Amino acid sequence: MASERRLRIKTLVMVFSMVVCANAGDLLLKRGMSEIGPVQLTIRGIAEAFRLIVTSGTVWAAILFLTGFLVSYMTVLSWADYSYVMPAGAFGYAVLTFLAVIFLHESVSPRRWFGVLLICVGVLLVGQTKPRTTEVPSEAAA
Amino acid sequence: MRVVLVLAVLILGSTGGEIAITHGMKSAGEPERLRPRALVQFLGRALRNGWFWAGIPLMALSFYSLLVLLSWEPISLVIPASALSYVVGTIGAKYILREDVSLARWVGVLLVCAGVALVAAG
Repeated sequence: MASERRLRIKTLVMVFSMVVCANAGDLLLKRGMSEIGPVQLTIRGIAEAFRLIVTSGTVWAAILFLTGFLVSYMTVLSWADYSYVMPAGAFGYAVLTFLAVIFLHESVSPRRWFGVLLICVGVLLVGQTKPRTTEVPSEAAA
Repeated sequence: MRVVLVLAVLILGSTGGEIAITHGMKSAGEPERLRPRALVQFLGRALRNGWFWAGIPLMALSFYSLLVLLSWEPISLVIPASALSYVVGTIGAKYILREDVSLARWVGVLLVCAGVALVAAG
C-alpha cells in the first residue's frame, strides 16, 4: 500500500515536472525566437540566425527546460503506463490557458473554458487509476 | 483525401514512436532513486536501447507530417484533429504494451481528447 502511494506520488511529481518544463521551454523558445526576429530563408540568413540562436541566453534556457521535459518523460515512462502519462500530460493545455489569462490578460472564449474543464475532469479521472498495470524490471534486474 | 492520409501518418507516427520509446524505457528498467547519478545511469541505459532509436524516426516523421498539414490547413483544424492520437495511443497501450486500461481511464482519455480539441479550436 505504501509502495503504491510512493509510486503515485513520484509519478505525479514527474508529470508535474514534464508539464512545467514543456510550458516554460515553449514560452522561452517563443520569446527567444521573437528577440531574434524573422529568419530569412537564404544561406546567409540561416547562418546569421544560427549565430544569433547559439548566442541567445533565452534560447539556451529554453533548450535546458525542453531537455528537462525529455528526461522527465523518459524517466516516468520507465515505470508508469503510457496510457496514464499521455493524458495526464495534457494538463499543460489547462495550465497554459490559466497563465495566458493571469499574466497576458488574454480573453478566453467559453468554448475554450469548457475544453479546459473537460481536460481537468479527464486528468482527474485518469489520475485516480493505478499509474502502473504492467510488470517493470527494476534497475538491479536490468 | 491527402489531408486524411497525412493526418493518419501524423497520428500513427507519434503513437508508434511513443509506444516504441515507452517499451524501450520499460526494458531499460526504472532508476532506483531520482538522484542525478542514478538518472544519468538510467539515461545511459535508455540511449543504448534499440527501441528508443526506433521511436525517434517515427516521431520525426510525425513532426514532419504536422508541418506539412499546417502548411495546408488552419491550426484550428490540425491540432483538434491530431487530438485523436490520445485515443489511438490508448488503443496501442492496451493491445501492444498490454496495459490494463480501465473504464475510468478510457472515460478520462476521451474527455481529455475532446477538451484538447476544444481548447485548440479556440
